[in-house]
Amino acid sequence: MSTTATTPRSTAPKRRPRYGGYGLELVMAAVAVVFLFPVYALVTLAMKDPAQIADSPLSPPAPPTFANFGNAWSSASLGPALLNSTIITVISLLLLIVLGSTGAYYLARRARGLGYGLYILFLLGIVLPFQLGMIPLYKLVDDLGWLGTYHGMVLFYTGIQLPFTVFLYTGFIRALPQDYAQAALIDGCDHRQAFTRIVFPLLRPITGTVIILNAVFIWNDFFTPLLYLGGSGKETVPVGVFSFVGQYVSDYGLVFAGLALAALPILVVFLLLQRYVIKGFAGGLKG
Amino acid sequence: MNSLPDTATSGPEKPGPAVGGAPAKSGAPAPAGRTRRHRDATLPPWAFVVPALLVYAVVVLYPSLAGVVYAFTDWSGVGDFAFVGLDNFRTLLNDDRALESVSNTLLLTLAVVVVQNGIGLLLALGVNANIRSRSLLRVIFFAPAVVSPVMVAFLWKYVYNPDNGAGLNGILGALGLGGLRQDWLGNPSLALWSVAAMVVWQYAGYSMVIFLAGLQSVPAELHEAARIDGAGTWQRFRYVTWPLLAPALTINLMLSTIGGLKLFDQVYAATNGGPGTSSETLSTVLYKEAFVFGKFGYSTAVALVLALFVAAVSLVQLRYLRAREVTA
Repeated sequence: MSTTATTPRSTAPKRRPRYGGYGLELVMAAVAVVFLFPVYALVTLAMKDPAQIADSPLSPPAPPTFANFGNAWSSASLGPALLNSTIITVISLLLLIVLGSTGAYYLARRARGLGYGLYILFLLGIVLPFQLGMIPLYKLVDDLGWLGTYHGMVLFYTGIQLPFTVFLYTGFIRALPQDYAQAALIDGCDHRQAFTRIVFPLLRPITGTVIILNAVFIWNDFFTPLLYLGGSGKETVPVGVFSFVGQYVSDYGLVFAGLALAALPILVVFLLLQRYVIKGFAGGLKG
Repeated sequence: MNSLPDTATSGPEKPGPAVGGAPAKSGAPAPAGRTRRHRDATLPPWAFVVPALLVYAVVVLYPSLAGVVYAFTDWSGVGDFAFVGLDNFRTLLNDDRALESVSNTLLLTLAVVVVQNGIGLLLALGVNANIRSRSLLRVIFFAPAVVSPVMVAFLWKYVYNPDNGAGLNGILGALGLGGLRQDWLGNPSLALWSVAAMVVWQYAGYSMVIFLAGLQSVPAELHEAARIDGAGTWQRFRYVTWPLLAPALTINLMLSTIGGLKLFDQVYAATNGGPGTSSETLSTVLYKEAFVFGKFGYSTAVALVLALFVAAVSLVQLRYLRAREVTA
């Protein structure tokens, strides 16, 4: 599973199934058109003024207006929200990569006894719904005075996504040959040097997967930033959009322009990196 | 006899006593001769796992344990609390809102799991075919999965607009199907299913890419052999493709079930549990009990029930689904 997921096209001609043809092409195109209806509504409504929306909600905008986008950008405070989301996502990712890869290196190489017990302990975190610890954690972050701060959110994401990150890294490291790191140790490297110079560079493929899966989760997460950041001025994009929609709920043109702008950055990144993103989601869970 | 297994296990890692003394800079004062000690020196030290363990303990382990404890108290979020035994769970059994949320959560999860994976599999078979638009279609169907669920919920609130001319109702009218128009989110017997449809729309492409990876791992020779043996399209799917899709199916069922049980953002943004309690789920109930009603102890009891559901389903699925996995 995992090998095919990471080499999708290498033997494509041999693997390509025989079914296909124009009939199926048409059916799939029709499915895509139905599937895209909400997106059509999003884009066209965002380009209409209230009168056009009332008169002809479904037809294409004639003429299109772009005033909604400027208004939405400022009334939803999308600029600051994008900055907040970026800061929180990037720092959390860095910490997840560092803590996840080093922790997994230990767990993968010490697969018996205590090491194994710790690995199982980390796996438990994948199954536990975060709601179980949600309130005690909220209380803890509040006691620390970290509500409404970047580091409160970063701590939350680093901790909550560590089990999954450790799981991905451990699976990958177990499949790596141990010889390189051992050779480096024998040649006089200490463990830190052996890890940073030899092991970590070998982890590049799984680090890519870790970045993609965690970035999508952190960027889109809503509930915890709503609790931790609501009203602090450090709201992330989903929280900013939530209060923006609540405020202008009746003005569909403005709301949809805001939604379109807010969804655009991650969609653009997805389109640019689509092969890696799809590969990450399709194969990531198998490591 | 005694030393034979010893050298066999440590052989590949142990370069021999002569080299064993050489790495003077490796930190540990590795004395030559002792096999165990030498093996340990090439293994990463504790310091590698301690930072991860600390953060994990603070953010996940301690709060979850505390949550289990609070589930048996009358904690209100501030001040003292008392242990009340199983009172919270007894309350839950007499709390219509909570009971409805349990059945809603299970129904919603079942609907999402079945429909999302059914559609995901069909889409995967479609984009795995020999058609020109396969790459484009794959991107289109997967794209909603990378967008925030809250934003998808707001978009679908418009699709579900009760207005006759707008959204889905507008389309139905334009197609001459005006009789099918509904107040999709405002009708108590429809709201839950409307939320399910919106979740399926967002994540069917996610199931698709996992099935697609599974489909691409089916060796072409197997299909060829089955064809030569006279198997038709359906038989080849049923007896060649389907068994080999088992690992992808396991992952998809696990992901969609756990996701469905924990579903919060979409419900909160689209219906907030309403109308009435008709689309209330365990997640929305435990949120309201804590942050609207201030019943933190009771809320953690609901969370504990949710956790038990998730754990039970994960274990059962892993057990039964892993058993039917075969390899090509």
